[in-house]
Amino acid sequence: MREFSREEIDSVLDLAASLEPYARGKKKSDIFAGKVLALLFFEPSTRTRMSFETAMKRLGGSVINLGPAEGSSISKGESLADTVRVIGGYADALVIRHPKEGSARLASQFSPVPVLNAGDGAGHHPTQTLLDLYTIKKESRLENLSIALVGDLKYGRTVHSLAYALSLYGADITLVSPPTLRMPDPIKADLFSKGTMVRETSDLGEVINNVDVLYMTRIQRERFPDPVEYKKVASSYRITPEFLAGSQSNLIIMHPLPRVDEIDPAVDSTVHARYFQQSFYGVPVRMALLKLLITGGD
Amino acid sequence: MTLSSPGKGEKIEAIDIPKDEPRGLRVKPITNGTVIDHIAGGQALNVLKILGISGTTDATVSVVMNVESSKLGKKDIVKVEDRELLEEELNRIALIAPNASINIIRDYKVIEKHTVDLPGEIVGVVRCQNPNCISNTIEPIKSRMLVKTRNPVLLRCLYCEQPLTDRIAEYLI
Repeated sequence: MREFSREEIDSVLDLAASLEPYARGKKKSDIFAGKVLALLFFEPSTRTRMSFETAMKRLGGSVINLGPAEGSSISKGESLADTVRVIGGYADALVIRHPKEGSARLASQFSPVPVLNAGDGAGHHPTQTLLDLYTIKKESRLENLSIALVGDLKYGRTVHSLAYALSLYGADITLVSPPTLRMPDPIKADLFSKGTMVRETSDLGEVINNVDVLYMTRIQRERFPDPVEYKKVASSYRITPEFLAGSQSNLIIMHPLPRVDEIDPAVDSTVHARYFQQSFYGVPVRMALLKLLITGGD
Repeated sequence: MTLSSPGKGEKIEAIDIPKDEPRGLRVKPITNGTVIDHIAGGQALNVLKILGISGTTDATVSVVMNVESSKLGKKDIVKVEDRELLEEELNRIALIAPNASINIIRDYKVIEKHTVDLPGEIVGVVRCQNPNCISNTIEPIKSRMLVKTRNPVLLRCLYCEQPLTDRIAEYLI
């Protein structure tokens, strides 16, 4: 996301808005007729993979899948460079998720067709960031936003990319995490250097009543060697209707999903919940990106 | 290759420390070759590594370490005889010695003087410190580091964007 300008992001979000009726199935189009998208997921994915598939098919295109890595050439030791050169010959664009950081950039150097990064290890997940921005724009506001990023800010790639992108819009960012899962210093330094207001705290209660957006992330059990410590931390970042009692009426709660127990299901029916809409917005945003890559936006 | 710690009073063949210059050090002139001066103290061996000079070299190489320097506090000096370093090699030195100055010697005379300057991108010289970076795998690529700042040197991996600054010498290929 570091390489995107604000103008480029705005143009993707505007295009996504114009494609939303197609994403909902209310309008029909076959602009991708005869076009093939290859999905190369070397790691499990549900939402990202299926929303790309939906985006392609709703606009008349078709999709091919790498399939389980065990049965493919990868298990025979083929390099990623060779894999994308071969599959790039079968498709009009590639979508890749891979456990190694930098894999999407490498793929783009070897692929004969455009490559979209659907998550590279602990690195970036730019399409998630764009759909997060789209959600904020639709359900709240992007300008002068006050947002709390909550949970695992050390390893969570979605919050790193989102923080960079929000810095382009002058957001006021509060980082809420246990001390062991704080956002890495180089990322904070980058945000400061862009003039972004960044605060850090471990106490969610301190900020809940003062933000427009609460962006929750999952705290993974495996990050904690001590299960007791995990339970203590996880329960301190659990959102319930009671916890939201003093919050602003226009507060929205987002989550990249899947959630475990950081948001009580009783919150789903409150006016604050937006995580299922957020998940849907992945379709128009990915439609917009595919349109730009496959047809050049025409 | 000869090594010296002149500050401790050692004296070796290629280094001449006159008795009337107790704080100074004069390196014996070479006929032809390259003298790299103003290397930050302790970095001379890493400079040799960057230049691909190992213990099996046939070249005559002199290394002086931790000499007093008004500019740097302590500095190292490297002399490589009968070899004129290429500009690309010189600029790699800037990775760990951004203040280095280079003299090309022919027939005892300094015929070129250079300061070092890093290019915008360093290819195949420094590996990424991120063990999970795609550049540290079997892929048919060389490491690529973008130079973000020059003094102090700050590199960023083109692939995974991980920064590298104060431990560059450890990651020289």
